[in-house]
Parts: sequence; structure tokens; C-alpha cells
Amino acid sequence: MRFILFALLMTLLVFAGLAHAQAIEPMPFANHAQELRFQHLTQRLRCPMCQNETLADSNAPIARDLRNQIFRMMQHGSNDDEIKHYLVARYSEFVLYDPPLKSGTWLLWFGPLLILIVGAIAVALVIRKRSQGVGNHGGVIAEAPNENGDDW
Amino acid sequence: MSRLVPFFGFLLLVALLGFGIWWNSDHDPSAIPSPLLDKPAPAFNLPSLYEPTTTVSKQDLLGKPYLLNVFASWCIECGVEHPVLQAEAPTLGVVLVGYNYKDAPTDAKAWLAQHGNPYQVLIADVSGTTAIDFGVYGAPESFLIDGKGVIRYKHIGPLTSDVVASELKPAIAALQRETP
Repeated sequence: MRFILFALLMTLLVFAGLAHAQAIEPMPFANHAQELRFQHLTQRLRCPMCQNETLADSNAPIARDLRNQIFRMMQHGSNDDEIKHYLVARYSEFVLYDPPLKSGTWLLWFGPLLILIVGAIAVALVIRKRSQGVGNHGGVIAEAPNENGDDW
Repeated sequence: MSRLVPFFGFLLLVALLGFGIWWNSDHDPSAIPSPLLDKPAPAFNLPSLYEPTTTVSKQDLLGKPYLLNVFASWCIECGVEHPVLQAEAPTLGVVLVGYNYKDAPTDAKAWLAQHGNPYQVLIADVSGTTAIDFGVYGAPESFLIDGKGVIRYKHIGPLTSDVVASELKPAIAALQRETP
């Protein structure tokens, strides 16, 4: 029984290794620095097909094609900005995980800050109200039944 | 009154989630708006599917508007779209160009022999390199290109009879109005 389990586990491990090897095919980089640059760049670009994966992670056919294209452009001496422009011209700013700040993206950039400010104001109002309540009723005990949540 | 505050908070969340569901059912969240819309189509020069020794280029197709339909035999959605193309192609009023995407030519020919061939022109992009210039990221995709070679309309995903009637045909009609 234990042997069968062990054999199953080993088979799984081998297949997991195969699946991983499939996702990342070796590329003949000119040097290690270029390989690092490639990895860094593809991790900041979004796969247009699978949307929530980076070009580096995705195993979609188009992600593989675009990785190959980026590799080719790097061999021809294109810098990161040129490669980004190339992709944006074809697949729109959607492919950038770091979209530029402009009128269409200000909500994306400042939305979280906006929510934080609204939340902070709400918290401040609640605290002020409670501290006033403590003053008026002469203690926290007066409000205790509500806080127990019995009536919910 | 203050007891109702969590309830209103809950209602607000329900409204937000409801909006999310409505918004995503109304438009396809996986369709990325193409930056190529109303811009000249990229130059291409691809072999014809049936006569691989001859090529078809963008210049060859200038003069008359055409619908470039990206398809492949391996693409399941293309099988859904195919009957619609078969039925609508004769009444579209534009040339239907089949763009065979990352497909083995033998598979593509077998697929067309089995399902029928609605295309007047068929080109093959086996490597998918030219398709990157078109911003193609999956099949099927369709581009309406006018006589001057400008992309006027793009649809991502299968063309359904609804899409043909509500989007494609009006776009073609608009083209025909400006070039009598």
C-alpha cells in the first residue's frame, strides 16, 4: 500500500515537472543580463488572452508567440520601451501592468486612495459620535445592549 | 436609525455586485478594444492557402472593402461561427477573406472541405507572426477593412447572427454610403 502511494506520488511529481518544463522553453539568450531583463520585462506585461496572467507565466499560445517576439526584438537590440511601444500599438495599454497616468486611468490610480479617504472620514465620524454619546449618557454601559448584536 | 446603517451598507454592496454582474453580461470582459481601429491595417504578404506558391498582400486587396476573418481548424469557437459565415457571406456585400491562423494547411483544408468554404480569398499565417501585427490574440476575430486599407470595425469572438445584424451590417452600410 505504502509502495503504491509512493509510486503515485513520484509519477505526479514527474508530470508536474513536465508541465513546468512545457511552460518555460529554453531560449538562447546572449548573456545572463539579457535573460534577467527578459524575465523582468515579461513579468510586467499582461497576456491579452488570459488577462490575469503575466506574459512570463502564461502558457497560452499567444503568450508564447509574444515571448518569442520579445526575444527576437531583444536580439535585434530593441530596448524595453521600444518593446512596450510595439505591444501597446497592437494590443493597447491593456498589456501593461503599469498603465500610464492619464485621464482614462486616474480612477485606477487614485481610486484606492479615494476609498481610503472615504473610509477614514467614516471612521472619524463614528468615533466622534461615540465619544459624544459617552459624554451624554454618562458611560458606555448605556449603549451596551446594542453592541451585543442581540437585535440582529 | 443607526441600526439601519449596516443594512444600508449591505444594500450598497448588493448594488455594487449587481452592477458588476450586469456590466459583465452586457459586454465581453475578455474583448480588448483594438488600438488599430480607424488606422491603416498592417502590411502583410501571406501565401494563399490553396496555392502556397502565390502570395496575397495588403496592396492586392485594396480598392474594395473586405472582411478579414481569422479562423483555425483547432479553434472550437470558429466551428460555432462557421454556419453564420456560411449563411451571411452571400449577403454581406463585401469580400470575405479567410485568415487561417497558426494552422497546419492540411488540417485547414480538411476542415473547410468538411464544413464548407464561405471565403473568396484564403491566406495562411502558419507561424502567427503577421497576426501579432493585427493584434490578434485568439481566434475567431474579424476585421472590416475599407477600400483604402483602413480597419473600420473589429469583432473579437465568434460572429453571431445578432452581431452581424446589429454591428457588422450597419458598419458595412456606413462604408458603402461614403464610397458610392
